[in-house]
Amino acid sequence: MELALAPETLARWQFGITTVYHFLFVPLTISLAALVAGLETAWVRTAKQKYLKATKFWGKLFLINIAMGVVTGIVQEFQFGMNWSDYSRFVGDIFGAPLAFEALIAFFFESTFIGLWIFGWDKLPKKIHCLCIWMVSIGTILSAYFILAANSWMQHPVGYRYNAHTGRAELTDFLKVLTQDTTLVVAFHTLTAAFLTGAAFMVGISAYHLMRKKHIKVMRTSLRLGLVTLVIAGLLTAISGDELGKVMFKQQPMKMAAAEALWDKEEPAPFSVFAYGDVEKGHNTVAIEVPGLLSFLAHSDFSSPVPGINDVNKAEQQKFGPGDYRPNIPVAYWGFRWMIGFGMSSFALGLAGLWLTRKKFWLAPGLRTGDEEPPRLALTKNKELGPRLSKWYWSLAFVTLGFPLIANSWGWVFTEMGRQPWAVYGVLRTSDAVSPGVSQGEVITSMAVFTALYAILAVVEVRLLVKYVKAGPQELTDSDLNPPTRIGGDPADADRPMAFSY
Amino acid sequence: MQLHDIWFVLIAFLWTGYFFLEGFDFGIGVLTKLLARDRSEKRVLINTIGPVWDGNEVWLLSAAGATFAAFPDWYATLFSGFYLPLLLILVCLIVRGVAFEYRAKRAEESWQRNWETAIFWTSLLPAVLWGIAFGNIVHGVKIDAHKEYVGGVLDLLNPYAILGGLTTLTLFTFHGAVFASLKTVGDIRERARRMATVLGLLAAVVAVSFLAWTQADKGDGTSLIAMTVAVVALVAALVANRFGREGWAFAFSGITIAAAVAMLFLTLFPNVMPSTLHESWSLTVTNASSSPYTLKIMTWCAGIAAPIVMLYQGWTYWVFRKRIGTQHLADAHVPGATGADTHTPTPAS
Repeated sequence: MELALAPETLARWQFGITTVYHFLFVPLTISLAALVAGLETAWVRTAKQKYLKATKFWGKLFLINIAMGVVTGIVQEFQFGMNWSDYSRFVGDIFGAPLAFEALIAFFFESTFIGLWIFGWDKLPKKIHCLCIWMVSIGTILSAYFILAANSWMQHPVGYRYNAHTGRAELTDFLKVLTQDTTLVVAFHTLTAAFLTGAAFMVGISAYHLMRKKHIKVMRTSLRLGLVTLVIAGLLTAISGDELGKVMFKQQPMKMAAAEALWDKEEPAPFSVFAYGDVEKGHNTVAIEVPGLLSFLAHSDFSSPVPGINDVNKAEQQKFGPGDYRPNIPVAYWGFRWMIGFGMSSFALGLAGLWLTRKKFWLAPGLRTGDEEPPRLALTKNKELGPRLSKWYWSLAFVTLGFPLIANSWGWVFTEMGRQPWAVYGVLRTSDAVSPGVSQGEVITSMAVFTALYAILAVVEVRLLVKYVKAGPQELTDSDLNPPTRIGGDPADADRPMAFSY
Repeated sequence: MQLHDIWFVLIAFLWTGYFFLEGFDFGIGVLTKLLARDRSEKRVLINTIGPVWDGNEVWLLSAAGATFAAFPDWYATLFSGFYLPLLLILVCLIVRGVAFEYRAKRAEESWQRNWETAIFWTSLLPAVLWGIAFGNIVHGVKIDAHKEYVGGVLDLLNPYAILGGLTTLTLFTFHGAVFASLKTVGDIRERARRMATVLGLLAAVVAVSFLAWTQADKGDGTSLIAMTVAVVALVAALVANRFGREGWAFAFSGITIAAAVAMLFLTLFPNVMPSTLHESWSLTVTNASSSPYTLKIMTWCAGIAAPIVMLYQGWTYWVFRKRIGTQHLADAHVPGATGADTHTPTPAS
């Protein structure tokens, strides 16, 4: 069968599909681990039942989610070698190290302590049990950091030299790979966005139950935790995003020019709100812009010049030889906008929620509610939001719980596709990175298998989540409230059932 | 000893850890069909590895990550060469992980039965495929001057490699049966022990032929020692099992696996993937390795992290040291379920 495709096209699609799928679960895992850890800590410290109920409820959703995160991650560990063997040979000396660090330091940590946490309710004293989920949380963050260091090296290679004798890139400064500004800013941005994701998820589900006046005590607590996290994380996501933008303007001018559909150098450069253009001819036919804002985003002043796509393309042609160095511009342009739009809508919703559900401050006594009632949404000190608008807010909070997931995906699509045609920016082209020995048929097979399998598992997973979300927190039993005080459980009662079994 | 030699040993160690630990995981998965009489016995078996299977599986990810970092060419050639078998292994590992976590999340019998079937097949297939893969690595495959694998899928299914696949399958299942007898209580424990005898004898026939073939083909003095250790440990495991010394039986079946893996790596060294097309095209510890600087950093990382990992994983096994039987199974807290779960209020949906 003759396929009119570049050899890397299928491999790129496959990597894109599997990675986007993996990254639906990752940010929820990172943030829910920490939020569940926070809730369990609150239980250990205060012994209030609502915290334990919340821990168990969110913990269950967390486990349904992390199961998929783990298995989709396995594929990634092998995919470099399978589909991108020339890439692996070229950069293995550098890229392999953070990957191995990730496995040895972070994966072992998460996987071992998650087992202890799941099965350890009746085998560990509660403080140690709580420590286990913190360990999981640390593991998830460490693993994100190492893999982002590896990715950042592809975006902005540092600490290496090209060895002409072996024909590959070789590591010269590992500390630089781990601490270069790209790594730090990307990690900051990814982690804050992860917390935005988990917080919006928590707010949405709490809103769902509160709207129905169910499980009020637990959901009030969860809502509060979610809203505060959402606002802090949203603010930090915006700040880190701005930082990341500045770093990218410096390191990958093409990506940012594409993100703005800025074809030619402008001084001052405007920020594009909407654009429609002709990629072949290299200009926009429709453009709605905010003057000077792009200059500000790039260099913190409103007048400095920003080079356009055509300028950078010419400069790169001079530097790297003839070729087209432009990424897919509509994808970069719209990816950038969807990312900001979806992410910031969730942030705005959180900000509104935090104001509407505020407690004693500036709130008339008549509007204050106890632990057993759902919070009333108060617009001003004495004025409650109408029932219709209140219902709107709760519903909106619920239906937008997945917005940050969309923002995350577009953010990564923008980052990764904005780097094309490079696999390692300025060093290795994507077309030189694929496995020469793997046939198109093999790639089609694996792509079809993974896509189908992932689609089926997505349906299974979402249905399970819905089931457990709808059911809400479970009532506690005596053994939940009185965990053992000895490691390994209570030896006196040999036939006591386990607190949890698969 | 140079750094790339040390890394060859470390990667061998990571694979040994993987096969030792995941060996009984796979074995337990296979035994859910062979040994368990009913649903609750299946659950008992699955729960013997419940808290630890995930951590066991990370040994594989570490082995792969370490290979990428220390021997990029080995990583690239191996995984792009063994493309379709690896794809099948990955599919199994995906389904298997989800199966463990999701099986008890719904009360419907068909749901649980489907995941149980999945656990059986996704444990059995990788147990065979890893043996086939290692058989091929040791025996050598068609690698050209550019370090690329140029054979087909069918080249991987040669008799020697298939015998390797049967070796890992039977050894893992035996290891799993011994583990089951060590971790369970009641009727199933006795049956696990009896089944271990049968499986152990079967494993002895298959494994000894495979190891002897390996020795005749590629062996030297040191590999003969490793082979002897493997065979003696296998006999010792059978004897210990026969006399009901379950801890000893498990230790010996573990040593059998470790020694067999060690033997494979000993016959491999200093190659990491020999070429059958031309001797000078083989990937070796020198021509496939990373730079000394990378290896040095990795050595520091592994030297510090690996002992700590073994400590806390060991601690996990100690925390969950209690044997379990059908009476220990917890009620599944499945929303909307009836029966054992009636004390949980069913929320209106």
